[in-house]
Parts: sequence; C-alpha cells; structure tokens
Amino acid sequence: MAILEKRRLWLAALIAAAILFPLFVANGYYVHMMTISFIWMIAVYGLNLFAGYTGYLSLAHAGFFAIGAYALGILTVKAGWPFWLAFAAACLLTTLIGVFVGLVALRTKEHFFAIYTLCVGYIIYLIIDKWDSLTGGVRGFIGIPAPADIGPLSFQTPAAQYYLVLFFLLVVVWIMHRLVYSLTGRTYIAIRNSEELALTLGISTMKNKLASFVLSVFFTSLAGALYASFIRFLGPDIAYVSVMFDFLTYLLVGGIGTLAGPVVGTLLVTFLSQQLQFLQDYRMLIFGPVLTLLIIFYPHGIAGGIIRLKAKRGEARRLQLEARQASAELAAASRQERSERYAKEG
Amino acid sequence: MFLRVERLTKRFGGLLAVNDVTFSIEQGKINAIIGPNGAGKSTFFNLISGLHRPTSGTITFKGRDITRLPANERAKLGIARTFQTTHLFEQATVMDNVIIGHRLRTSSNLFDAILRTKRHRREEQACKEKAMEVLDFVGLTDVADRMVANLSQEQKKRAAFALALATDPELVLLDEPAAGINPDETEGLEELIVNMVQRGLTVCLIEHKMSMIMKIADRIMVLNYGEKIAEGTPEEVKNNEAVIQAYLGGSAIA
Repeated sequence: MAILEKRRLWLAALIAAAILFPLFVANGYYVHMMTISFIWMIAVYGLNLFAGYTGYLSLAHAGFFAIGAYALGILTVKAGWPFWLAFAAACLLTTLIGVFVGLVALRTKEHFFAIYTLCVGYIIYLIIDKWDSLTGGVRGFIGIPAPADIGPLSFQTPAAQYYLVLFFLLVVVWIMHRLVYSLTGRTYIAIRNSEELALTLGISTMKNKLASFVLSVFFTSLAGALYASFIRFLGPDIAYVSVMFDFLTYLLVGGIGTLAGPVVGTLLVTFLSQQLQFLQDYRMLIFGPVLTLLIIFYPHGIAGGIIRLKAKRGEARRLQLEARQASAELAAASRQERSERYAKEG
Repeated sequence: MFLRVERLTKRFGGLLAVNDVTFSIEQGKINAIIGPNGAGKSTFFNLISGLHRPTSGTITFKGRDITRLPANERAKLGIARTFQTTHLFEQATVMDNVIIGHRLRTSSNLFDAILRTKRHRREEQACKEKAMEVLDFVGLTDVADRMVANLSQEQKKRAAFALALATDPELVLLDEPAAGINPDETEGLEELIVNMVQRGLTVCLIEHKMSMIMKIADRIMVLNYGEKIAEGTPEEVKNNEAVIQAYLGGSAIA
C-alpha cells in the first residue's frame, strides 16, 4: 500500500509541475516545445497500447497520425465544418480506416505484420503527397484554425493550447492506466505473451487484437488532430517513415509496454535533440550509439529497466527474509533439542 | 461418448502427421497417448484443441461436432490444454498469469474496463477467486506473488496446470507434463493428475516417462508415424508386439 501511496504522490507532483510549467517558464519557445512533446506522447501511447501491450509492431501509425491531422484540416478549411465537430469527425474517420486496415493487417503476424503496416504507412504518405487537389501535396496545407472556444474557454494563446493538449494527454494516460490493470488489459498482455496459449484459454485473439488496434489508432489520430490545430500547417512529411521511427525511438527509449515509457522517452529524446541541435545532422553520431547501447542493455527502456530492477530487489529481499526466518527456526529447533537432551540427562 | 475422434488425418504438404486415427477419450479416466518422437502426438493434440484444422475426419465432443470450431470456442466448451513449454509470462507473478485463465467465463469489454463498471469489478473478483482456488489445488498458494521466472521447472508446470484449470474445463489435455523434471517431482505431478480425475475431470496426456504412464493411465493409445498401432490398458500395451517393435525396432523376439 505504501508503494501505491508513494506512486500517487509522484503522479500528483508530476501533474502539478505540468500545470505550473507555463506560469513559471516565461520563454514561449519552451512552452511550444512542451506542447509538441505532449502531442507526440499521445501518439506514442497509441503505439504503446498495440506494440507494447498487445505485442504487434505497427509501423502505420505515422500514417494514421497524418490522416487525423489532414482530416481536421480538410474538414475545417475545405468543408467549413465547425472546429470541434471536425475534430471529432477526424478522429472517427481515422479510427474507421483503422478498422479496415486492422481487419486485413491482423491476418498477418510478427514481422510480416510490421512489414505490411510499414507498406500501409508508405501508401498513406504517397496518397497525401500525390493527391494535390485534396491535400495540397508537397506545397502543404495551410490555414487550419486554432481550436474554437468552448463556452468561456478560449484556446488562442499558446498557454491555453498547452493546457488543452495536456488535458487530452491526461485523459489518454488515465484510460491507459485503467485499461492496463483491467481484465481487458490482461487479455492483451496474454496475447502478447503467447497467442497460442491465449487461444486455448478461450480468448478470441482476433477480436481483442482488433479492439486494441482500433483504440491505438484512435489515440494516434487524436494526436494528429491536435497537431494540425496547434501547428496549423501540414506537409506530407508527417506521414513519412521518419516520423514513425521517431515515435518508435521515443517508445523504445522510454520503455515499451510500460505506462511511464512514452512520457519519459519523448521528453528525454526531444530534450536531447534540442541540446544537440548545434551539431546539426552530426547529432545522429551521438544518438545512434546511445540508442544501440540502450537497446542492448535496457531492452525495456528506462521505465522498464527501473521496474525490473525494483522487482529484482524485492525478490532478493524476500529471499533474504525467508533465509533468515529458516535459519531462526533451525536455531530454535536445535536449542529445543539441546534443552530436551539436557532435561533427559538430568 | 465424451470425446470421439473419427478417421482423423492431418497432412502438412507431403508429410502425413496424423493418419486415419480413430480414438475416443473416456470420461473420468486418465487417457494416455504415447509413441516415439515425431509420431504425431503433439499434432494430434493440436487437432483436438483446435490449433490445427484436420485435413479430413471428424471430432465430436459430448455429441457435438467440433471439427471446424476454432480453439477459443472449444475452450469455452470445456477443453483445456497445457503446452510442452509452459508458455507462461515469465516477467509477471504466478497470480497475474493465472487470473487470465478464467477470462473466457467473463464478458466485460473495453468500455467496462475504462469505466470500471460493476460488471467489471465483479468479474475481476471472480477471476481472482478462481485463480486462488486453482493455485490452492495445484499447491502453489505460497508462491502466488512470485515472478514466474524465479520458479522451479516443476512449479512452472504446476502453474500451467492451474491456468488450464482456471478455464473450468471438463477435459484437460496435458502435453508432456513431466518433461524436464526429476523423479521425485514427477511423483508429485502424478498425484496431482490423479487428484484432478478424482475431482471429476477427464485427462488426456502425452508423456515419454513410461513408469509414470504405466502407473496412472487407465487407457493408452500408441501412435507411430501418425498411425494408431495399439490401444488398450497399460498391461495390454506393454505386451503388444507392434509397440515393442516401434520402440525398440526390429523383432521383439529375443
């Protein structure tokens, strides 16, 4: 229980820090960077749900991110829909596309799934890039409105947008938290662990994989729609493979299949790449080896590494305790034996 | 008739893994399948549990044709199984592994999980209670909070049993339960299997440890090159010419 309390305290402190951040950091650039990081985090949570907890590496998620973003842009600018209606429609539309992609893609397994979704992602990129009349092609898509007011809440200032994105991030984390510790989350983890075993335990793996995939696409499309309304300019690059691998890097560094992973990884990698900006493209010379070492020695990322270390320590402590108890019992038994012997010998 | 397999055949390309096997599993008994390596025993199990589709033949369970039923539906009907390698999630506790075993008897979905509805809480509790019950039955209550990675091979086997039992099965298929464990531990597992049958379950197992099979099995089927070469009580099978030939090769007359 003490551990749970401590975790709750940590979480509260973290949320408080996130809320106070724009009040104490006067530099608008940092607020902007943080908002963007939050958007990436939401997308990475989407990826984490499916790759981390269900065990299928989807490489189409940058594509879904872009569909969410472009759908919002097209619906607000070209169709003239009210912002929040377009926002909801963009997420739903992407999710629907996710259902169809999932139905086909989930017939494949393991690396075939990864390759298949990589292709899906690339096709999405090509469509956005070539469909000039709809997406603006390489010239990009401009003029996307900022989030519309909700009653007295206005999202015109960077700080207000920061809070809006933070709100969505917290909702996503909350849903993930609920999910992971539920029967449904356990079902996903069982599928990740062994699909054959899950099947023989009576779990409909296809149905569960599809549900997990679709929710994961939904999270990513949400991030895409937020991105569009925050940056307000879109280029086909956001669907490109490099964005996909950015997501994957954040997830792997932070810890795949952990709740804290997406936050830790995204913050760390974006911060580091900011600090190393002066090296320009040479910063990859530092990034590459660091990432390689991390994956060799901490295959479960930073958060995963910490969890494992704690578990190991707990286990060691338990064994030590058991050994101590056993030796105490042994000593007591031999003492008793000795006293009985003395009593007999009189 | 409890489970009946009629003229079952499974072909992998040119390989005839199971060839025209007719066999029935008797309710409330320990049914054993033996045979040399590569005889098609595991394929036979995969056909019964639904991981493979037969090329031809039928499988009926309690009077119902289940030949085309997917594995998860068969589990719901009451057919559970374990694997040679336990397939457990090593980085989680025994309890966490076993809880999911009762999932097929629950119906809460994604939304129940997110909204934490009454149904979800009730079912979660039921799964936990079931897990405690089966862990108690297999004798792992003490290590329920341990990580599976830190268990002995025998404890892992018992955990796999618990997981299968948590599905509320009527028939349990055990694929080489005693592989990789020492003679003392094997005796413990024998006891556990006998206990399961005494509780009203039906067991069908594949095993290479002859002493164990001869001791606990009520009926034995012998497979060789995918074909049934003998069937009967341990005594009958032990003295069967074809069986001795299959195991030792050549003529058995010495």
